[in-house]
Amino acid sequence: MLNFSKINILIIYFIFFIVSIFSFLNFQNKNNPILDKKVNLGLDLQGGSYLLLEINSDSLVEEKIQSKVIPIKKLLKENNIKFNNFKIKNTSLNFTVDDLDKFELVFFSKKNNLVNPYIDNYRSHELDFRKLNENFIEVNFSKFGLLTINNAALKQSIEIVRRRIDDVGTKEPTILQRGEKRILVELPGLKDPERIKKLLGKTAQLNFRLVHDNSEFGTDELISETGEKLKISKRIVMSGDNLVDAQPSIQNQQNEPTVSFTLDRLGAQKFGRATTDNVGKRLAIVLDGKIISAPNINEPITSGNGVISGNFSFQEATDLSLLLRSGALPTPLDVVEERTVGPDLGEDSIKSGITSLIVGFILVILFMFYKYKIFGLIANTALIANLLMLVGVLTILEATLTLPGIAGIILTVGMAVDANVLIFERIKEELKTEKSIIHAFDTGYSKAKITVLDANITTLIAAVILFAFGSGPVKGFAITLGIGIITTLFTAYFLARHLTSLIVLRNTNKEIKI
Amino acid sequence: MIRNINFVSKFKKANFISIIIFVLSIILISFKGLNYGIDFKGGTLIELRTETSIDTSLIRESLRTMNLGDVNVKKFGKKGDYLIKVEQKNSNNSNLIPEIKKTLSDYLNTEVDFRRVENVGPKVSSELLQSSVIAITLALAAMLFYIWVRFEWQFSVGSIIALFHDVTITLGIFSLLSLEINLSIIAAVLTIVGYSMNDTVVIYDRIRENLLKYNKISISDIANLSINETLARTIITSVTTLLALFSIYILGGEILRGFSFAMILGVIIGTYSSIFVASPILKFFKVSYKTLEKEEEKIIP
Repeated sequence: MLNFSKINILIIYFIFFIVSIFSFLNFQNKNNPILDKKVNLGLDLQGGSYLLLEINSDSLVEEKIQSKVIPIKKLLKENNIKFNNFKIKNTSLNFTVDDLDKFELVFFSKKNNLVNPYIDNYRSHELDFRKLNENFIEVNFSKFGLLTINNAALKQSIEIVRRRIDDVGTKEPTILQRGEKRILVELPGLKDPERIKKLLGKTAQLNFRLVHDNSEFGTDELISETGEKLKISKRIVMSGDNLVDAQPSIQNQQNEPTVSFTLDRLGAQKFGRATTDNVGKRLAIVLDGKIISAPNINEPITSGNGVISGNFSFQEATDLSLLLRSGALPTPLDVVEERTVGPDLGEDSIKSGITSLIVGFILVILFMFYKYKIFGLIANTALIANLLMLVGVLTILEATLTLPGIAGIILTVGMAVDANVLIFERIKEELKTEKSIIHAFDTGYSKAKITVLDANITTLIAAVILFAFGSGPVKGFAITLGIGIITTLFTAYFLARHLTSLIVLRNTNKEIKI
Repeated sequence: MIRNINFVSKFKKANFISIIIFVLSIILISFKGLNYGIDFKGGTLIELRTETSIDTSLIRESLRTMNLGDVNVKKFGKKGDYLIKVEQKNSNNSNLIPEIKKTLSDYLNTEVDFRRVENVGPKVSSELLQSSVIAITLALAAMLFYIWVRFEWQFSVGSIIALFHDVTITLGIFSLLSLEINLSIIAAVLTIVGYSMNDTVVIYDRIRENLLKYNKISISDIANLSINETLARTIITSVTTLLALFSIYILGGEILRGFSFAMILGVIIGTYSSIFVASPILKFFKVSYKTLEKEEEKIIP
């Protein structure tokens, strides 16, 4: 175990050199154009906000099942299936049919089925039905149909969340999908997430609808900004989808903040026609089911430009135009988890983390030197090499360092010497019975090998499980702990062993004490 | 320098004490319960720093007007630092945090800096609790499996009983002292599982080696010899690990305090258990070199 070929030595020091060089990249001030790698600081260290958002797709599913009513009725009529008692429940449709077998056949046909499309990826239809009794059935979305709806809504939400956050202009936000219904948002450096939360909390579905006492499409009764009850036609003249731009502006006469918008061609046509036909009537501007304002149509607006007023402050006008520009969210988003750390607390955490790392490190080094003298120095050299490599690997992976991550490094310092202690204690035992010193060191290393491996694999298992199940900061701990074990094994079994061999082989005639 | 301490003679006494503490821990955990933090219970946590030191009752008083339910206020670390915990209420008020902030800023006659704000919804907290329980269970199962592959089943059972002993007593002490259980404590518990296992494996490795070397000696004497042979290592590693942990506990700041305390407890209990819990179990199963011979092919070294 003490013989190293030249090529082995070369490989060992080459690996050590390359990996540890990366750890120094963290100390450079400027961005290195060739090797721009750094350990990222977690939100708990640099300060910032972490938000976990969940899409609330119930209303979307209701909407989607309602849109199936007409196609299903049509399908039944086309195939001469008589139906009765057609009712819409929240997320399902109930009705009776006279020929269940025939219904099943057409309902689940795979070819050109527009009513109930077959989703190839999932090998399932979008809709499913179950028999409540004899001929009474309930149609609702299949498991995979719901999944498809959720997925589409989630993808779209992520896109819109990204647009809104980018528009606010925070630095380097992270926006990721988490599971089937959640979006993770990390905003480094943000001290107060309230504005972002407010912006993300609105779906921003904008409609223009006429104020109408009895519309043929039915009416909704909403309360206007001045408190009067208005009956509003259910028919949507134009929606926010047709907006291409929106900007805050100031109306000159009253110095009032407003939102100016520009419509696309289709929107301009629709808006022009509606305003031409309804001069003198009132047009309600409805955002998320609430009236912003309901101005009179004084003259036809055909230019495709318009202005929304509604007693806004300038901030409100800015936020509303941002929301309108970024588009509407398909469903409301709920904040289900939120963690914000102020930048000064992060700084304090870094300070106390580094202090305890240095102190812990010095204590361990002193103790090892006291206990093993010259071989303590070898263990300590290995420990320093270990730290360099650990930080080097973290840099190569561009891992995120968190406060528990720093604790993981300190813990590695404490536990890393274990490998060398196991080996040294073994060699001590061998020296008692073995006359040849070289032989004693040799068997010491080979006999301790299995134990060192066994002992470290158990900790590695714990680290892997922690990584798989942990979230955020805890994951940072698992990463440093896990990588620390691997660098520990490398430094103890290659670097420290080589250094030991240098000492032993040079002093073969003298007595060596551990 | 190998000491010769007669550990085996102390097994009975130690096991008796272990069983009593273990049972007490279970009683504590099931009747007094664990003090779950907002990670697992849901709710809102606010850490704030005020310019001038104020009385915690003033903060409590100011929040009482908001009718928030169970509010817990305590001093935290340095002078002027406070930690407020608000129980999860059913009503889903998305403006809760700004309202609390405003109330405090208005009511307290001093500059208030909100250093940390966390809010965990009921759905997320129950998921976090669930995944933590799964993670610990999985870690124990993985250890059980690893030892079973590397050793014989008697060793596997012995090490798992030692792990249960460590985890239960650590949690028992947390229950006794009403210390908060949060995500970082779960990380500590998992690391304790790894550390305690590490310690046990070192002794087991030596027991196995000695069983094959001296096949005429009884398991009691083998255990005693092996514990003594590895004692220096056991102590040195515990000392270096504890040195690192105490450094975190004292200097690492308030956020790491619970975590490092759990780890310190775990290292001490884990070291104890690998000598006084894991080894006696091999004696209980009457492990001998014959146990190893039966499955000789399985032994890798």
